[in-house]
Amino acid sequence: MALRKPPLRGTHADRGAKFTEFGGWDMPVEFDSIRTEHVAVREAAGIFDVSHMGEIVVSGPDATRLMQRLTTNDVTCLAPGDGQYSAITNERGVVLDDTVVYSLPADRQPEADDETAYLFVPNAGHDTEMHERWTTHRDEWGLDCTVENATEDYAMFALQGPDAEDLLARAAGEEVRDVARFDVAEATVEGVDLLAARTGYTGEDGFELLLPWDDAETVWDAFDCQPCGLGARDTLRIEQGFLLSGQDFDPDDEPRTPFEAGIGFVVKLDTEFVGRDALTDARDPDERFVGFELTERGVPRHGYDITNDEGMVIGGVTSGTMSPTLDKPVGLGYVPREYTDPGTAIRVVVRGRQKSARITETPFK
Amino acid sequence: MSFEIPDDLYYLETHEWVRHDDGTARIGISDFAQDELGDVVFVELPDEGEALDREGQFGVIESIKAVSDLYSPVSGTVTTVNEALFDEPELVNDDPYGDGWMLELEDVSEADLESLLSPDEYRDQIE
Repeated sequence: MALRKPPLRGTHADRGAKFTEFGGWDMPVEFDSIRTEHVAVREAAGIFDVSHMGEIVVSGPDATRLMQRLTTNDVTCLAPGDGQYSAITNERGVVLDDTVVYSLPADRQPEADDETAYLFVPNAGHDTEMHERWTTHRDEWGLDCTVENATEDYAMFALQGPDAEDLLARAAGEEVRDVARFDVAEATVEGVDLLAARTGYTGEDGFELLLPWDDAETVWDAFDCQPCGLGARDTLRIEQGFLLSGQDFDPDDEPRTPFEAGIGFVVKLDTEFVGRDALTDARDPDERFVGFELTERGVPRHGYDITNDEGMVIGGVTSGTMSPTLDKPVGLGYVPREYTDPGTAIRVVVRGRQKSARITETPFK
Repeated sequence: MSFEIPDDLYYLETHEWVRHDDGTARIGISDFAQDELGDVVFVELPDEGEALDREGQFGVIESIKAVSDLYSPVSGTVTTVNEALFDEPELVNDDPYGDGWMLELEDVSEADLESLLSPDEYRDQIE
């Protein structure tokens, strides 16, 4: 199947970017070097083209009921312009995807008082599946709302780093400084009306901009900062201990509940959602998501075994890298709960050799 | 993008280079290879005295994004490893044909050298 292309595929190629397949999309993985891009985001600002992320718009009289039943967090506490991190689970409580749900700002809400509009952002390649999941359940439950897969209507850029607020304020006006963490607001950049959400995936302050697909070039060019690819996005999120869908959890290859994956805080068991019954009995899981650092030379990678100090396999690495900020090898994975205390000695099997490691808190320091 | 391909070296299809001088061979990876790998963060090299076969794996190089095996362009015995790479693996990115060299071998076979890619042949391979 042909890869889906972000709107600026050609512009990025002209700029010298290298590309990789990710979630069925042909995306820039590196513009200059992962280290250069990573450092720019930690110390100044970088801009990522994340147009591979999905956008699903749910609106109508029963939009809140549908969102509440298909996501684990409580959408009823969202006012227009609010956002929240959430998970989507199946009947067994296994995470299918993680997402950010936004209640759209007031100007983009339906005119009728009894209607609400949400936009949520599934991970790359999950938009079709999530659109189908939403429409199927809507029909099954007889709910009155529309569900639109708007993934190829919206380009999405992530402007991240300590200078991100200044950059956006210069391009869109001072009022963007008032947008609170996880909230979303209307903004205009170079005449393009867009949504500016104070969210990101790097651990830095920043914004994610949702804009019309056809205006991508205009908005991209409005920011004079380091272009960054998915390589730096990965090292930045690993340093923070953030989950990557399809790697740190996956319904087929790495089936995990939100409690195992360390995101139990997005599960509101006093709401009714698919997977709630299973999760009620799963709050104290036997295995948990942890961070670790290698104390010997080597780089942990996805799929490597984790052993205890006696060499018995107890878990697996789901993500790992050489941290560009800390200049040490760090990783994420699942181990039995008796091994989760920071400082616990473990080993990671790097190409057949057991390397010493220890459990550490995340974000890594 | 054009890559540096020095004319006084021979190359293996897997992107290692060799410089042969009076019975001693110095080995590294090409400019193209270091660019493909990106930021090099770890290099594993053999011990001195180890015997290597032509196209045998002699080590591993890891960048932030990938792991690659390293193959010897020629057979021979390791006389020196570039220990600077253990502390500064980024030398491979900065200077792949100079300070980023990896090994020196002795007892190198002339026949092995003749079977390697010439600079032009290597240029054709990567273009």
